[in-house]
Amino acid sequence: MSTVIRVEHVSKRFRIGLVHQRYQTLSEKITDALSAPLRTFRRIQMPKTDAEDTIWALRDISFDVPEGQVLGIIGRNGAGKSTLLKILSRITEPTEGSLTLRGRVVSLLEVGTGFHPELTGRENIFLNGAILGMKQAEIASKFDEIVSFSEVEQFIDTPVKRYSSGMYLRLAFAVAAHLEPEILVVDEVLAVGDAEFQKKCLGKMGDVARQGRTVLFVSHNMSAILRLTQETIILEKGRLVLRAPSPQAVDYYLSAGHASSGERFWEEDEVPAGAAPFRPVALRLRDSKHKIVDSIRSTEPFVIEMEYCLDVPVTGLRIGFYLNTTRAESVFTSFDTDDPDMFEKYTNRQAGRYISRCTVPPDMLNSGRYSLGVNASSFQIRRYFQDEDALGFNVDSTGAPGMHWPEQRDGVVRPRLRWSIESLK
Amino acid sequence: MVQAKPEIKNMARENNSKMDLDVITIRSMHGWSSLNLRDLWKYRELLYFLVWRDIKVRYKQAVLGIAWAILLPVVNIVIFTFVFGILLKQNQGGINYPLLSAVGLLPWGLFAGALQRCSSSLVGNTNLITKVYFPRLIIPVASVLSGLVDFGISSLVVFSLVLYYRVPLSWNMLWLLPLTLLVVMTSLAVGLWLSALNVQYRDVQHIVPFLVTTWMYASPVAYSASLVTGRILRIVYGLNPMAGVIQGFRWAIMGGDPPGELFVVSIIMVLVLLVSGLFYFRRMERTFADMI
Repeated sequence: MSTVIRVEHVSKRFRIGLVHQRYQTLSEKITDALSAPLRTFRRIQMPKTDAEDTIWALRDISFDVPEGQVLGIIGRNGAGKSTLLKILSRITEPTEGSLTLRGRVVSLLEVGTGFHPELTGRENIFLNGAILGMKQAEIASKFDEIVSFSEVEQFIDTPVKRYSSGMYLRLAFAVAAHLEPEILVVDEVLAVGDAEFQKKCLGKMGDVARQGRTVLFVSHNMSAILRLTQETIILEKGRLVLRAPSPQAVDYYLSAGHASSGERFWEEDEVPAGAAPFRPVALRLRDSKHKIVDSIRSTEPFVIEMEYCLDVPVTGLRIGFYLNTTRAESVFTSFDTDDPDMFEKYTNRQAGRYISRCTVPPDMLNSGRYSLGVNASSFQIRRYFQDEDALGFNVDSTGAPGMHWPEQRDGVVRPRLRWSIESLK
Repeated sequence: MVQAKPEIKNMARENNSKMDLDVITIRSMHGWSSLNLRDLWKYRELLYFLVWRDIKVRYKQAVLGIAWAILLPVVNIVIFTFVFGILLKQNQGGINYPLLSAVGLLPWGLFAGALQRCSSSLVGNTNLITKVYFPRLIIPVASVLSGLVDFGISSLVVFSLVLYYRVPLSWNMLWLLPLTLLVVMTSLAVGLWLSALNVQYRDVQHIVPFLVTTWMYASPVAYSASLVTGRILRIVYGLNPMAGVIQGFRWAIMGGDPPGELFVVSIIMVLVLLVSGLFYFRRMERTFADMI
């Protein structure tokens, strides 16, 4: 089997400045230059390499992928997955190292890229196809297939701005699905759309893999990783820490890797600059005795707390917790100002350090592994910070209802319901 | 690492058997890189579609639609004739001012429009640049080329005037084709610089309207280039590539003195700007997705 993707010693450095101030204005540069002419000159002459204002999103990554393999890529937020995908799809270039790709790379996160709202469905199919690298003849020959797959036949000559979002997505996906690339990149984390659509994406990925094409699959959904991939690489802070058969890699990721301490700290370099003035400090899980734990008993209440700083006063801030299973099923979403009284009371939060804390009642979760995400936003104004997979923990159901039957109990929740048995004559 | 060697050989053999597959090697690069125009050629269909999209979208949901492409030059010619021709009395000495301004406005419209679209083209296509690979050069090139349809329609207006004023048709008019190419090259040359600079410095989008206005007065759009006299002054004037081009248009349509040294200086300027613009663009291209 031949190698389709070969990545050799790839590193990618970002200037934090680029993230901080999305672009520098000329006047800033001029003021800069006037205030410190020599320094500016030197900086223009030879960009600093070891400076403190740069971060390495990827560091010395090497791997290769044989033809036809489905390779999983897992890692926390900020581990460099997206950067790696961007380099593989040639959107950005590595700072160091090289890569060799054999064949066309298409990424399913590009679904609908370049769609123009004013153009009709028909026109957009051709435009989008060309953007994704299809030849016009190729698009023309697959046109009917694409249209019937998208189920928008009637509206094919209507501008897509009149489409429902579902139709839009179906059409966009139909084009991408008919590309037949040699290398397919799927970033499920960024995949938009409803569960149905995501399922379609995964289905397509399976098809592609069965045709012997190469697939790179990025996901937080461990069961999908296990189901669809043979091998998985784990990225941690820009480094490749493990490449192993998927079951082994998932094990490592879920247990030894991290998130087993019951506490998650955010280092400064893990927080995107766009989060300011919000600064996450830590997310903790405490049992009923206020001890930080990574495993809780389903029969006892537990506490989730988020510690954070605000550098300036923030209006309308809400801290949300997302509880998910490791199969990416949502269990609940809850915000610290869900309660109308709390919402009134905390309209404005002054600058300072805070802890938002909630108590989860006993007898709620079934046994298993869960993942806790956190989000800080002002509704419809801005999202400051989000980490969908900040902390993992186990739930042990000893003493839960029905434990005298030693069997697997289906369901995400395992509530203690009030039962009565009425005997009818 | 021990396996690396046989793997490479293996790859090479595979490549021979599957010639249709492109092997792409990406290396981290610093400094200047080659223009790689071959890649541009490979993506020519995308170029075609982007030009087509620009044209298609421009007049969508406009009541007058493509009629705007006729209306605007006509309104411009009327205003110029009134202000410069009648109020400022440029009309004297047997000068056919309406035609003079119409012929000046024709290449100028192509240039000014291309400059405006081109300078904002990369930033306006952020969603493409951050999500898909293709030679970035296609975007500014497409934005310049999409002006050619408007140009074609405007030239109909000019030729109606030519017929109306009974200007004799001559073989010189064939020079309009290479001259138009020169306008496209000039637009692209300046547009490449502006579009790439705009990615890093958004100041560019504030400068462009000002630049376009100033540039217009520095070019013989509203007046005849013969007003600029003196050999040195004319050479300096020729540093503005549009000066030579517009004079070329006037000569091709209205006759008179062929553009001499002015034109040579203009062409050299265009080539210098274009080649340097291409290299600058290629150099900056690598960081577009990170900076935009």
